[in-house]
Parts: sequence; structure tokens; C-alpha cells
Amino acid sequence: MKNTELEADVLIIGGGTAGCYAAYTLGQNNKDLKVIIVEKANIKRSGCLAAGVNAINAYITKGRTAQQYVDYCKKDADGIVREDLLLSMSNRLNSVTKVMEDLGLVILKDSNGEYVSRGNRNIKINGENIKPILADAVRQQPNVQILNHVNITDLIYRDGAVYGAVGFSTTCEEFFSFKCANVLIATGGAAGLYRPNNPGFSRHKMWYPPFNTGAGYAMGILAGAEMTTFEMRFIALRCKDTIAPTGTIAQGVGAKQTNSRGEVYESKYGITTSNRLYGTVTENREGRGPCYLDTTHISSEQEEELYKAYLNMAPSQTLKWLESGTGPKGKPVEIEGTEPYIVGGHTASGFWVDNDRRTTIKGLYAAGDVAGGAPQKYVTGALAEGEIAAEAIAQDIDSKRRLETKKDVTENIDLFIRQTVTDKFREYESYLKNKDNVEDFVATITIDQMETAMQKVMDEYAGGISRNYQYNETELGLAREHIERLQRILPQLRAVDMNDLLRIYEIRERLIVCLNVIAHLKARKETRWHSFAENTDYPDKSSKWLKYVNSRRLPDGEIEIIERNLVEHIKGTDGHYTDPSILARYRA
Amino acid sequence: MSIFIDRNKCVGCGKCADVCPGNLLKITDHKAVIRHPEDCWGCTSCLKECKVEAVKFFLGADIGGRGSTLTYTYGDDNRTVTWKVISPDKVERVIVIDTQESNKY
Ligand SMILES: Cc1cc2nc3c(=O)[nH]c(=O)nc-3n(C[C@H](O)[C@H](O)[C@H](O)COP(=O)(O)OP(=O)(O)OC[C@H]3O[C@@H](n4cnc5c(N)ncnc54)[C@H](O)[C@@H]3O)c2cc1C
Ligand code: SF4
Ligand code: SF4
Repeated sequence: MKNTELEADVLIIGGGTAGCYAAYTLGQNNKDLKVIIVEKANIKRSGCLAAGVNAINAYITKGRTAQQYVDYCKKDADGIVREDLLLSMSNRLNSVTKVMEDLGLVILKDSNGEYVSRGNRNIKINGENIKPILADAVRQQPNVQILNHVNITDLIYRDGAVYGAVGFSTTCEEFFSFKCANVLIATGGAAGLYRPNNPGFSRHKMWYPPFNTGAGYAMGILAGAEMTTFEMRFIALRCKDTIAPTGTIAQGVGAKQTNSRGEVYESKYGITTSNRLYGTVTENREGRGPCYLDTTHISSEQEEELYKAYLNMAPSQTLKWLESGTGPKGKPVEIEGTEPYIVGGHTASGFWVDNDRRTTIKGLYAAGDVAGGAPQKYVTGALAEGEIAAEAIAQDIDSKRRLETKKDVTENIDLFIRQTVTDKFREYESYLKNKDNVEDFVATITIDQMETAMQKVMDEYAGGISRNYQYNETELGLAREHIERLQRILPQLRAVDMNDLLRIYEIRERLIVCLNVIAHLKARKETRWHSFAENTDYPDKSSKWLKYVNSRRLPDGEIEIIERNLVEHIKGTDGHYTDPSILARYRA
Repeated sequence: MSIFIDRNKCVGCGKCADVCPGNLLKITDHKAVIRHPEDCWGCTSCLKECKVEAVKFFLGADIGGRGSTLTYTYGDDNRTVTWKVISPDKVERVIVIDTQESNKY
């Protein structure tokens, strides 16, 4: 096995929306810094943006303010947000959009040259090629080295500080280690924890990328980083079967949510993101399903435009319409809730960060769906956070240099890094040890079995689709027991090639995330958001829980729950929030 | 839902394998192969990468598929792209998209 060792000033893990934008920012502003961006696939089409997106969902449209966007997010999440993070993000939504337009993104404009909005917060684009545009911009930065097809599994950390990361190639027999004291995690959220909508042949026809498996969360959890709001799962309301986005028909052509009796039910349950879903679940449960977005009022021209819009972001939906011979004009679009995801760009789960996107691990930063506290980030919010983190990293490196207190990578630390890397490489080897004699090796437990077992446990005991997203404490106890069982048998898995190894580590990281989700669901003893976190032992909302549920994994593996008071947006003189308990953590 | 490769058309250039966000494709005997068809997300990145239209997209029967395929071709004008749905009895439906035009909705 080939071993490759690399060093950089900044290491970016995950070349998606936030990671690429951070690399681009460091390329534009800090040409003296050596930056490496590591991506498990290829930055050209990896992550959420692969197929394209339908609109810019987070934009401060004409006449509106950043604070209004913050207020909207806060209301939608019933208070459990970090207003400071939302505001610093919202302040940049429009400037990053402008950069994307200058780089080549097509945005619809009216005759006065103004962007055309869709509702209060969206603007219309052709988002099919948004990722190739961003990737091209990164490729043009001479100080940025791109490593495609390298999967990172672990951080190198000690005593609450990061020193690098370890991973392997997904295509050839090569292990990688990176020595770097400034690491940005931008690996996106986690899909595939729960049994999906289409568990058979189309098991990966899900909304969130099935390849975003929560690696960043898992790495942070293992390193003892503080995490926030994992109990606020994101469950999307999507077109049935294809799990294609619904915004284009709901906001785009004004389709209302109706049940099988033709009644418009959306207003009955409230219009927050979670209530729209809960309404659909309830209508189905009470026998008034299936539910639809009623599109039958649209014109033939509108129907043609919808075919195109979906080809630009979710081609399977257009194929489904055309193949069946009936489009959205002829028949309303059936909708359903997805399996729960953990995704900090839609809800608030992720790393607990300061306003500069520093995590509680020294030298470790987080941006995009992996960072918590700021829901409804979407594409532009992820770009904004990538930029904020990049600026903070550059600034922190600069002040370290000025003070000449570079994190002392002493011989001692060097030795420790080498030891961690050797141990990790040995672990990779252990999964690969039977690759040349697979016929002789009888494995009772396979990678596929592990994946379905995990998803079944989460579905049945931690509030998946089959349980209408509900759970109770006894069930959560069982969920934990079974996920821990799966963790114990994980080392029995064998890989015949690097791709199998990738699939094994994807399960490993999802199991780690599952345990954290279970601990958080258990900790919040109320039901603040229907469906997203619906605890049948505590079916009501309680003002006592108007606070964050945070967590930290202790070295013995136990998950410590930390309750924190809400951080209001109170700016200190340095532009940071002034909640003393949090300040203390960062300034220590 | 997944993709399949037309082995008669594939020239084994490897571009589809390089771009797939799930690392699902590989080149074996100079042809692209999908490792696990059920692991495909349906993003169509591989279709867009293939210059010889060897990659075809379809919906699994479990999500309403009826055996049609979807393909993608770049126009000669560097601006338009063509999506083509071909039914099992070879009926074609073509949609041309101007890449410089925004979605209307
Ligand atoms: C299908 C879909 C449609 C959407 N549509 C819209 C829309 O129309 N408008 C809108 O505003 N927002 C939309 N969003 C939301 C938006 O795209 C995301 O919130 C945003 O792109 C997230 O950015 P990110 O950088 O956090 O994650 P990503 O862009 O997904 O990046 C994560 C990257 O990390 C890589 N990675 C993961 N693990 C590892 C590892 N272990 N080692 C190395 N690399 C790793 C992944 O391959 C990926 O490239 C959509 C999201 C999805 C999924
Ligand atoms: S891009 Fe097309 S021609 Fe090239 S390997 Fe893939 S299928 Fe074959
Ligand atoms: S459609 Fe996307 S996920 Fe499926 S094989 Fe092609 S590139 Fe990979």
C-alpha cells in the first residue's frame, strides 16, 4: 500500500459548496497560504449541487433586510437558532450571489436588470451548472491544491486541538495523511441513517446526497467537539417516489397542499416547514391520503416550463411525468415526507461554532451543512459560511505568526501524529486483509446487511417513516442498544477493494452520528417541532426547553448532554456575541 | 432509478467514473461499469460527462419506471442541450434547454 504524506497551511475537508467557496476565498485573498482541498469524489459534481439546484433559496430581496431573514428562520425553528450566526450569514447572502453571477451563474432579471424573485426570499436561476462553475473558480487558484477521490475518515487531534487528518484514495491503493494545524470541515450533512422512502432497487433515490454520510459530524464527535441540536432532524416534503424538490411547484406555480378529498389542508396545521410535513403525515394517518400539490390549474406553457426546470435539477421527475404520459397539468403531484436527515443547512444540527465558524476544537472550523445553529442556509448560506471561515482562518494564522506562538509542532507532537497515522493505516489494512483471498473468507455480516440493519433500527426505534416520525424513551433506549451492537460487529466487515473500504467507513460514520441523534432526541423532553422531533412521552412544547441541547462525546464514549441558554444577537465590541458562558470557552 | 452503459457506444474514456459523486462507476475491460446499480442517486452527472451518449438513465419499477430511458446531448452551438426520453417502443420525446436561460419557476 502506498502512503502519501502532505502538509499545508490550511486543509479543507469536503469540496462541496462551502469547501469550494472557502478555497476560492483563500485563493483570492491569501495567495501566500498553501491550501489543500480534499474531496471524496470530484469537486466538479460532488455533494448537494451535483444535479443542479432550482433557485437561490436564501436571498435578501429588494426592500427586505438581513434581520428579516434571521427573524423568519427563528420563527420557523420556534426559537432554537443562533441569531448571531444567522445574521453574519444573512449579511453576505447577496454578495456571494453576485460573485456566483460574475463567475457565470445565470440569474433571471427583469427589464430593469433586477433579479426576479420567487416569494420573499428566493431568486430564479438556471442552477444546473452551479457546481462546475464553482469548481472551475477553485481550479484557477494557484495556491490551492485539489485532491479528488480521497476520503477522509479521522482527524488527528489531541487535548482539544487539531493537527491534521487521515484518509485513503477511493480509486487506488493509497493511504493519505495530512499535517495541518488549520482544518476546515465542510463535509455536508448526513443521509442514509434511516430506512429510506424506496428501500428496494431505488434505495438511493433520496433527496439529500446518499454520499454525504456525516463524516464531518463523526470526526468532530470523536475529537470531542461540542455539537448542537442533533434532535432537530430535517424531514423534507417531496414529490413521491422521485423525492424531487417541491418548491418549484409550490412557490413557482402556486400549487396548494390538498388531500384525497380535494381539501386544502396546509392552513389547518400552520405553515412552518415542520408543520407542512406534519399536516401531510396526519392527513395520511387519519385516512385522508394520499396528499398532493395541486398543479392541475396550470397552463400547457407552464407545464412545459416545469419539465425544463426539473431537468435542470431533478431529471427523474420530468422522466416520470413524460414516461407516464401525464404531466402536472393532467394530474396533481403526489407528495410524501422523506426519511429524516441530519443537515445543518436546513435545520440547526451540527458543530457548535462561534461567529467566525471556529468549533470548540482549536484549529478546527466548520461551514455549510456540517455547522449547526443556523438553519435555512441553503446554497448561498453555505457559500457565505465558507467565506466567513476562510477569512477567520487567514486571520488566525496571521495573528499566530505575528505573536510567534505558532501551535508548537514540537517533536513530541510530531511523534504523536506519526503514531496516530500508523494506527489508522493499520485499521484500514485490517478491513482489507482478506482482499486477495475473499473466496476463502466466510463473512456472515456484509456491508449491505450492516446498512439495512442500521436503517431498520433507526426507522423503528428512533422515529422513522414507518413510525410517522414518532418515538419514545423506551424505543430510544433500544435504538442505542442496537446501534452499539452494530458498532461492535463493524470490525468483522471485509473490503475487497478501496470502494468497499469507502462503504465500510460510510457506515462507521453514520453509526457514530446515529448515537448522537439518539442521545439528543432523548435529551429534549418536549415536542417543539412536530415530526422533526416528536417525543410521544412529552407530546407538548415547554418553555423550559427554549434552549439548546448540545453534546460532547467523552473519551470513554459516553455522550455528555450540555444545556445552553439561547444566544441572542448581542454584539460585543469585537463584533462577537457576548454570551459569557460561550465566550469563556473560546477565549480560554 | 439508475443508469446503464451502452457498451457498444462506450469508448472507455473514464470521464463518467471520474465525476460520479458516489464513486459508483469503474472502467473494466475498457468499458464503464456501474458497481451497484441500486446505489445510484440519479444526479445525471455521468450522462453530462459522456460525449458519446453511452450513459442512459431510467426509473426503477419501484418508483414508477416503465422502461423508458433518458439521454443527454450537447448542441453544436455550445449553448443548448437536448434531453431525450425514449419509450420501450422507441417513441421519442425531445426537450431542448437553453443553458443561458433561467428557470421560469
Ligand atoms: C437535492 C438538493 C437540492 C437543493 N436545492 C437547493 C436549491 O434549489 N436552492 C438552494 O438554495 N439550496 C438548495 N439545496 C441546499 C444546498 O444545496 C445545500 O444546503 C448546500 O449546497 C450545502 O453545502 P455544503 O458545502 O455544506 O455540502 P455539499 O455541497 O454537499 O458538500 C459536502 C462535500 O463534502 C464531500 N465529503 C463528504 N464526506 C467527505 C469525506 N469524508 N472526505 C472528503 N470529502 C467528503 C462530499 O462529497 C461533498 O462534495 C439543495 C440541496 C439538495 C441536496
Ligand atoms: S464517459 Fe461515456 S465513453 Fe467515457 S467511459 Fe463513461 S460511458 Fe464510456
Ligand atoms: S447518475 Fe449520478 S450517482 Fe448515478 S452513476 Fe451517474 S454520476 Fe453516479
